[in-house]
Amino acid sequence: MIRRLRQLLPMLLLLLAATHVRAAIEELEFASEEEEARYNKLIDEMRCPKCLNANLSGSDAPIAADLRAEIKEQLQEGRSDDDIIEFMTARYGEFILYRPRLSASTVLLWFGPLALLLGGFFIVRRMLAAARASIVDATLSPEEQQRLHAMLKDGKES
Amino acid sequence: MSNRAKLFIPAVFFVTMLGLLFYGLGRDPNQVPSALVNRPLPVFSEPDLFDPSKTISSEQLRGGIFLVNVWGTWCAPCHYEHPYLVEISEREPELTFVGVNYEDDVKAAREFLEERGNPYKINLTDVDGSLGIDFGVSGAPETFIVDSSGTIRYRHVGPIDNAVWAETIEPVLAQIQ
Repeated sequence: MIRRLRQLLPMLLLLLAATHVRAAIEELEFASEEEEARYNKLIDEMRCPKCLNANLSGSDAPIAADLRAEIKEQLQEGRSDDDIIEFMTARYGEFILYRPRLSASTVLLWFGPLALLLGGFFIVRRMLAAARASIVDATLSPEEQQRLHAMLKDGKES
Repeated sequence: MSNRAKLFIPAVFFVTMLGLLFYGLGRDPNQVPSALVNRPLPVFSEPDLFDPSKTISSEQLRGGIFLVNVWGTWCAPCHYEHPYLVEISEREPELTFVGVNYEDDVKAAREFLEERGNPYKINLTDVDGSLGIDFGVSGAPETFIVDSSGTIRYRHVGPIDNAVWAETIEPVLAQIQ
Protein backbone atom coordinates (compact mmCIF):
# COMPACT_ATOMS: atom_id res chain seq x y z
CA MET A 1 0.00 0.00 0.00
CA ILE A 2 2.71 2.47 1.03
CA ARG A 3 4.78 1.46 -1.96
CA ARG A 4 1.79 2.10 -4.19
CA LEU A 5 1.38 5.54 -2.69
CA ARG A 6 5.03 6.29 -3.18
CA GLN A 7 4.67 5.41 -6.83
CA LEU A 8 1.61 7.59 -7.18
CA LEU A 9 2.99 10.60 -5.33
CA PRO A 10 4.97 12.17 -8.19
CA MET A 11 1.91 11.92 -10.42
CA LEU A 12 -0.28 13.58 -7.83
CA LEU A 13 2.25 16.36 -7.43
CA LEU A 14 2.27 16.82 -11.19
CA LEU A 15 -1.50 17.10 -11.15
CA LEU A 16 -1.31 19.82 -8.53
CA ALA A 17 1.30 21.68 -10.55
CA ALA A 18 -0.92 21.52 -13.63
CA THR A 19 -3.67 23.52 -11.97
CA HIS A 20 -1.31 26.45 -11.65
CA VAL A 21 -0.71 26.77 -15.36
CA ARG A 22 -2.54 29.79 -16.64
CA ALA A 23 -4.11 29.36 -20.06
CA ALA A 24 -2.96 32.67 -21.36
CA ILE A 25 0.09 34.52 -20.20
CA GLU A 26 0.60 37.78 -21.96
CA GLU A 27 2.61 40.75 -20.95
CA LEU A 28 0.55 43.79 -21.63
CA GLU A 29 1.04 47.42 -20.97
CA PHE A 30 -1.81 49.76 -20.33
CA ALA A 31 -2.01 53.51 -20.13
CA SER A 32 -3.70 53.36 -16.77
CA GLU A 33 -4.80 50.91 -14.12
CA GLU A 34 -8.38 51.82 -14.89
CA GLU A 35 -7.88 50.75 -18.51
CA GLU A 36 -6.31 47.49 -17.40
CA ALA A 37 -9.24 46.83 -15.08
CA ARG A 38 -11.69 47.44 -17.93
CA TYR A 39 -9.67 45.10 -20.15
CA ASN A 40 -9.68 42.34 -17.54
CA LYS A 41 -13.39 42.75 -16.97
CA LEU A 42 -14.16 42.57 -20.70
CA ILE A 43 -12.05 39.48 -21.32
CA ASP A 44 -13.57 37.81 -18.28
CA GLU A 45 -17.13 38.50 -19.39
CA MET A 46 -16.72 37.53 -23.02
CA ARG A 47 -16.82 33.98 -24.20
CA CYS A 48 -14.29 32.42 -26.54
CA PRO A 49 -16.18 31.63 -29.77
CA LYS A 50 -14.17 28.48 -30.31
CA CYS A 51 -14.44 26.80 -26.94
CA LEU A 52 -18.11 26.90 -25.89
CA ASN A 53 -17.39 27.30 -22.22
CA ALA A 54 -14.28 29.34 -21.59
CA ASN A 55 -13.95 33.06 -21.39
CA LEU A 56 -11.49 35.04 -23.49
CA SER A 57 -9.09 35.36 -20.60
CA GLY A 58 -9.00 31.63 -19.94
CA SER A 59 -8.74 30.36 -23.49
CA ASP A 60 -5.71 29.25 -25.44
CA ALA A 61 -7.47 29.28 -28.78
CA PRO A 62 -5.84 31.54 -31.40
CA ILE A 63 -9.11 33.37 -31.96
CA ALA A 64 -9.30 34.21 -28.24
CA ALA A 65 -5.82 35.73 -28.43
CA ASP A 66 -6.89 37.74 -31.49
CA LEU A 67 -10.00 39.01 -29.74
CA ARG A 68 -8.02 39.96 -26.63
CA ALA A 69 -5.65 41.93 -28.84
CA GLU A 70 -8.62 43.55 -30.59
CA ILE A 71 -10.15 44.59 -27.26
CA LYS A 72 -6.86 46.03 -26.07
CA GLU A 73 -6.43 47.98 -29.28
CA GLN A 74 -9.93 49.41 -29.09
CA LEU A 75 -9.40 50.41 -25.45
CA GLN A 76 -6.26 52.24 -26.45
CA GLU A 77 -8.18 54.01 -29.18
CA GLY A 78 -10.42 55.31 -26.42
CA ARG A 79 -13.56 53.37 -27.28
CA SER A 80 -16.06 52.74 -24.51
CA ASP A 81 -16.98 49.35 -23.08
CA ASP A 82 -20.38 49.60 -24.78
CA ASP A 83 -18.72 50.29 -28.14
CA ILE A 84 -16.56 47.20 -27.73
CA ILE A 85 -19.47 45.01 -26.67
CA GLU A 86 -21.43 46.32 -29.66
CA PHE A 87 -18.50 45.52 -31.97
CA MET A 88 -18.23 41.97 -30.65
CA THR A 89 -21.93 41.14 -30.67
CA ALA A 90 -22.26 42.46 -34.24
CA ARG A 91 -19.73 39.81 -35.27
CA TYR A 92 -20.23 36.97 -32.83
CA GLY A 93 -23.78 37.51 -31.63
CA GLU A 94 -25.13 37.32 -28.12
CA PHE A 95 -23.21 34.08 -27.78
CA ILE A 96 -20.03 35.98 -26.94
CA LEU A 97 -21.57 37.56 -23.86
CA TYR A 98 -21.48 35.43 -20.75
CA ARG A 99 -24.01 37.79 -19.21
CA PRO A 100 -26.69 37.97 -21.91
CA ARG A 101 -28.41 41.29 -22.35
CA LEU A 102 -32.07 41.62 -21.52
CA SER A 103 -34.05 41.34 -24.75
CA ALA A 104 -37.14 39.59 -26.06
CA SER A 105 -35.16 36.43 -26.79
CA THR A 106 -33.42 36.35 -23.40
CA VAL A 107 -36.38 37.18 -21.15
CA LEU A 108 -36.95 33.48 -20.54
CA LEU A 109 -33.30 33.04 -19.63
CA TRP A 110 -33.38 35.90 -17.15
CA PHE A 111 -36.75 35.33 -15.52
CA GLY A 112 -37.51 31.70 -16.35
CA PRO A 113 -35.91 30.31 -13.17
CA LEU A 114 -37.73 32.87 -11.03
CA ALA A 115 -41.05 32.01 -12.73
CA LEU A 116 -40.44 28.30 -12.14
CA LEU A 117 -39.60 28.94 -8.49
CA LEU A 118 -42.73 31.03 -7.95
CA GLY A 119 -44.83 28.45 -9.81
CA GLY A 120 -43.43 25.69 -7.60
CA PHE A 121 -44.13 27.75 -4.50
CA PHE A 122 -47.80 28.25 -5.45
CA ILE A 123 -48.26 24.58 -6.33
CA VAL A 124 -46.82 23.49 -2.97
CA ARG A 125 -49.00 26.02 -1.16
CA ARG A 126 -52.13 24.79 -2.89
CA MET A 127 -51.22 21.19 -2.18
CA LEU A 128 -50.69 21.95 1.48
CA ALA A 129 -54.00 23.81 1.68
CA ALA A 130 -55.80 20.90 0.00
CA ALA A 131 -54.16 18.43 2.38
CA ARG A 132 -55.21 20.51 5.36
CA ALA A 133 -58.80 20.75 4.12
CA SER A 134 -59.01 16.99 3.68
CA ILE A 135 -58.14 16.28 7.30
CA VAL A 136 -61.48 15.25 8.87
CA ASP A 137 -62.60 16.51 12.20
CA ALA A 138 -60.88 14.18 14.64
CA THR A 139 -62.72 14.96 17.85
CA LEU A 140 -64.91 12.14 19.12
CA SER A 141 -68.39 12.34 20.51
CA PRO A 142 -68.94 10.96 24.09
CA GLU A 143 -70.40 7.68 22.70
CA GLU A 144 -67.46 7.23 20.36
CA GLN A 145 -65.12 7.96 23.26
CA GLN A 146 -66.76 5.19 25.27
CA ARG A 147 -66.55 2.73 22.38
CA LEU A 148 -62.86 3.53 21.96
CA HIS A 149 -62.18 2.86 25.61
CA ALA A 150 -64.06 -0.41 25.45
CA MET A 151 -62.11 -1.44 22.33
CA LEU A 152 -58.79 -0.63 23.93
CA LYS A 153 -59.74 -2.58 27.02
CA ASP A 154 -61.05 -5.73 25.35
CA GLY A 155 -58.83 -5.64 22.36
CA LYS A 156 -61.83 -6.27 20.15
CA GLU A 157 -64.91 -4.43 18.96
CA SER A 158 -67.93 -5.01 21.14
CA MET B 1 -60.07 22.30 -14.73
CA SER B 2 -61.27 18.93 -13.58
CA ASN B 3 -59.12 16.92 -11.24
CA ARG B 4 -58.82 14.23 -13.88
CA ALA B 5 -57.27 16.69 -16.34
CA LYS B 6 -54.88 17.91 -13.66
CA LEU B 7 -53.44 14.43 -13.35
CA PHE B 8 -52.03 14.76 -16.84
CA ILE B 9 -50.06 17.93 -16.14
CA PRO B 10 -46.91 16.15 -14.88
CA ALA B 11 -47.03 13.75 -17.82
CA VAL B 12 -47.32 16.60 -20.32
CA PHE B 13 -44.48 18.44 -18.58
CA PHE B 14 -42.33 15.31 -18.65
CA VAL B 15 -42.94 14.63 -22.32
CA THR B 16 -42.20 18.28 -23.20
CA MET B 17 -38.91 18.16 -21.32
CA LEU B 18 -38.05 14.86 -22.95
CA GLY B 19 -38.74 16.36 -26.36
CA LEU B 20 -36.56 19.40 -25.62
CA LEU B 21 -33.70 17.24 -24.38
CA PHE B 22 -34.01 14.97 -27.38
CA TYR B 23 -33.90 17.98 -29.67
CA GLY B 24 -30.79 19.17 -27.83
CA LEU B 25 -29.10 15.81 -28.29
CA GLY B 26 -29.40 16.04 -32.06
CA ARG B 27 -27.78 19.46 -32.22
CA ASP B 28 -24.07 20.00 -32.59
CA PRO B 29 -23.00 22.35 -29.80
CA ASN B 30 -20.09 23.48 -31.94
CA GLN B 31 -22.52 25.03 -34.41
CA VAL B 32 -22.59 28.43 -32.79
CA PRO B 33 -25.24 30.67 -34.33
CA SER B 34 -23.72 33.28 -36.58
CA ALA B 35 -24.52 36.93 -36.14
CA LEU B 36 -23.76 37.57 -39.81
CA VAL B 37 -26.31 35.36 -41.50
CA ASN B 38 -28.78 37.55 -43.43
CA ARG B 39 -26.54 40.54 -42.90
CA PRO B 40 -24.45 42.28 -45.55
CA LEU B 41 -20.92 41.15 -46.23
CA PRO B 42 -18.45 43.08 -44.06
CA VAL B 43 -16.73 45.94 -45.85
CA PHE B 44 -13.09 45.12 -46.47
CA SER B 45 -10.08 45.81 -48.63
CA GLU B 46 -7.29 43.27 -48.41
CA PRO B 47 -4.20 42.43 -50.49
CA ASP B 48 -4.34 39.85 -53.27
CA LEU B 49 -2.54 36.64 -52.30
CA PHE B 50 -0.59 36.37 -55.55
CA ASP B 51 -0.04 40.07 -56.16
CA PRO B 52 0.07 41.99 -52.85
CA SER B 53 0.30 45.32 -54.69
CA LYS B 54 -3.33 44.82 -55.72
CA THR B 55 -6.16 45.00 -53.22
CA ILE B 56 -9.43 43.17 -53.31
CA SER B 57 -12.41 44.92 -51.84
CA SER B 58 -15.83 43.72 -50.76
CA GLU B 59 -17.24 45.78 -53.64
CA GLN B 60 -15.86 43.18 -56.02
CA LEU B 61 -18.05 40.50 -54.47
CA ARG B 62 -21.24 41.63 -56.16
CA GLY B 63 -23.56 40.37 -58.85
CA GLY B 64 -23.20 36.64 -58.40
CA ILE B 65 -23.14 33.93 -55.82
CA PHE B 66 -19.92 33.75 -53.88
CA LEU B 67 -18.51 31.09 -51.66
CA VAL B 68 -16.06 32.67 -49.23
CA ASN B 69 -13.76 30.09 -47.70
CA VAL B 70 -11.48 30.99 -44.79
CA TRP B 71 -8.43 28.75 -44.79
CA GLY B 72 -4.77 28.46 -43.84
CA THR B 73 -1.94 26.05 -44.54
CA TRP B 74 -1.54 25.65 -40.74
CA CYS B 75 -5.03 24.21 -40.45
CA ALA B 76 -5.34 20.44 -40.77
CA PRO B 77 -9.07 20.29 -41.62
CA CYS B 78 -8.34 22.74 -44.46
CA HIS B 79 -5.98 20.17 -45.95
CA TYR B 80 -8.80 17.63 -45.72
CA GLU B 81 -11.37 19.82 -47.44
CA HIS B 82 -9.05 21.20 -50.11
CA PRO B 83 -9.43 18.41 -52.72
CA TYR B 84 -13.23 18.56 -52.27
CA LEU B 85 -13.19 22.31 -52.87
CA VAL B 86 -11.10 21.83 -56.02
CA GLU B 87 -13.55 19.22 -57.28
CA ILE B 88 -16.66 21.20 -56.36
CA SER B 89 -15.34 24.41 -57.91
CA GLU B 90 -14.93 22.54 -61.20
CA ARG B 91 -18.40 21.04 -60.90
CA GLU B 92 -20.10 24.35 -60.03
CA PRO B 93 -18.65 26.97 -62.40
CA GLU B 94 -21.45 29.46 -61.70
CA LEU B 95 -20.22 29.83 -58.12
CA THR B 96 -17.32 32.17 -57.51
CA PHE B 97 -14.96 30.71 -54.91
CA VAL B 98 -13.18 33.30 -52.80
CA GLY B 99 -10.26 32.16 -50.66
CA VAL B 100 -9.39 34.13 -47.56
CA ASN B 101 -5.94 33.04 -46.52
CA TYR B 102 -6.21 33.50 -42.79
CA GLU B 103 -3.28 34.26 -40.46
CA ASP B 104 -0.92 32.36 -42.69
CA ASP B 105 2.51 32.53 -44.21
CA VAL B 106 1.76 34.04 -47.61
CA LYS B 107 4.55 32.16 -49.37
CA ALA B 108 3.47 28.82 -47.97
CA ALA B 109 -0.10 29.58 -49.05
CA ARG B 110 0.94 30.32 -52.64
CA GLU B 111 2.97 27.10 -52.79
CA PHE B 112 0.07 25.13 -51.35
CA LEU B 113 -2.32 26.34 -54.06
CA GLU B 114 0.23 25.86 -56.83
CA GLU B 115 0.92 22.30 -55.74
CA ARG B 116 -2.55 21.09 -54.92
CA GLY B 117 -4.71 23.15 -57.23
CA ASN B 118 -6.42 26.48 -56.76
CA PRO B 119 -10.21 26.30 -56.39
CA TYR B 120 -10.49 30.07 -55.83
CA LYS B 121 -11.08 32.68 -58.52
CA ILE B 122 -10.32 35.40 -55.99
CA ASN B 123 -7.57 35.01 -53.41
CA LEU B 124 -6.98 37.46 -50.63
CA THR B 125 -4.87 37.51 -47.51
CA ASP B 126 -5.77 38.32 -43.96
CA VAL B 127 -2.40 38.16 -42.27
CA ASP B 128 -3.37 39.74 -38.95
CA GLY B 129 -6.79 38.08 -38.65
CA SER B 130 -8.77 41.33 -38.65
CA LEU B 131 -10.96 40.28 -41.58
CA GLY B 132 -11.57 37.01 -39.74
CA ILE B 133 -12.93 38.97 -36.79
CA ASP B 134 -15.15 41.00 -39.14
CA PHE B 135 -16.54 37.73 -40.45
CA GLY B 136 -16.98 36.47 -36.89
CA VAL B 137 -14.94 33.34 -37.51
CA SER B 138 -13.90 31.14 -34.63
CA GLY B 139 -11.09 29.50 -36.60
CA ALA B 140 -10.59 27.78 -39.92
CA PRO B 141 -12.02 26.41 -42.09
CA GLU B 142 -15.22 28.37 -42.27
CA THR B 143 -17.31 28.95 -45.34
CA PHE B 144 -19.84 31.68 -46.11
CA ILE B 145 -22.37 31.74 -48.92
CA VAL B 146 -23.00 35.25 -50.23
CA ASP B 147 -25.92 35.96 -52.57
CA SER B 148 -25.98 38.39 -55.50
CA SER B 149 -27.15 41.28 -53.31
CA GLY B 150 -24.06 40.91 -51.13
CA THR B 151 -25.92 39.32 -48.23
CA ILE B 152 -24.44 36.44 -46.27
CA ARG B 153 -26.93 33.60 -46.47
CA TYR B 154 -25.15 30.78 -44.73
CA ARG B 155 -22.13 30.06 -42.57
CA HIS B 156 -20.56 26.65 -42.30
CA VAL B 157 -18.03 25.91 -39.57
CA GLY B 158 -15.60 23.07 -40.25
CA PRO B 159 -14.44 21.28 -43.36
CA ILE B 160 -16.61 20.72 -46.41
CA ASP B 161 -16.69 17.37 -48.15
CA ASN B 162 -19.15 15.84 -50.60
CA ALA B 163 -21.56 14.77 -47.86
CA VAL B 164 -21.59 18.23 -46.22
CA TRP B 165 -22.02 19.81 -49.63
CA ALA B 166 -25.01 17.67 -50.52
CA GLU B 167 -26.67 17.94 -47.12
CA THR B 168 -26.15 21.56 -46.15
CA ILE B 169 -24.67 23.78 -48.87
CA GLU B 170 -26.72 22.57 -51.83
CA PRO B 171 -30.11 23.22 -50.17
CA VAL B 172 -28.96 26.76 -49.37
CA LEU B 173 -27.88 27.33 -52.95
CA ALA B 174 -31.15 25.91 -54.25
CA GLN B 175 -32.99 28.38 -52.05
CA ILE B 176 -30.99 31.33 -53.36
CA GLN B 177 -31.32 30.49 -57.05
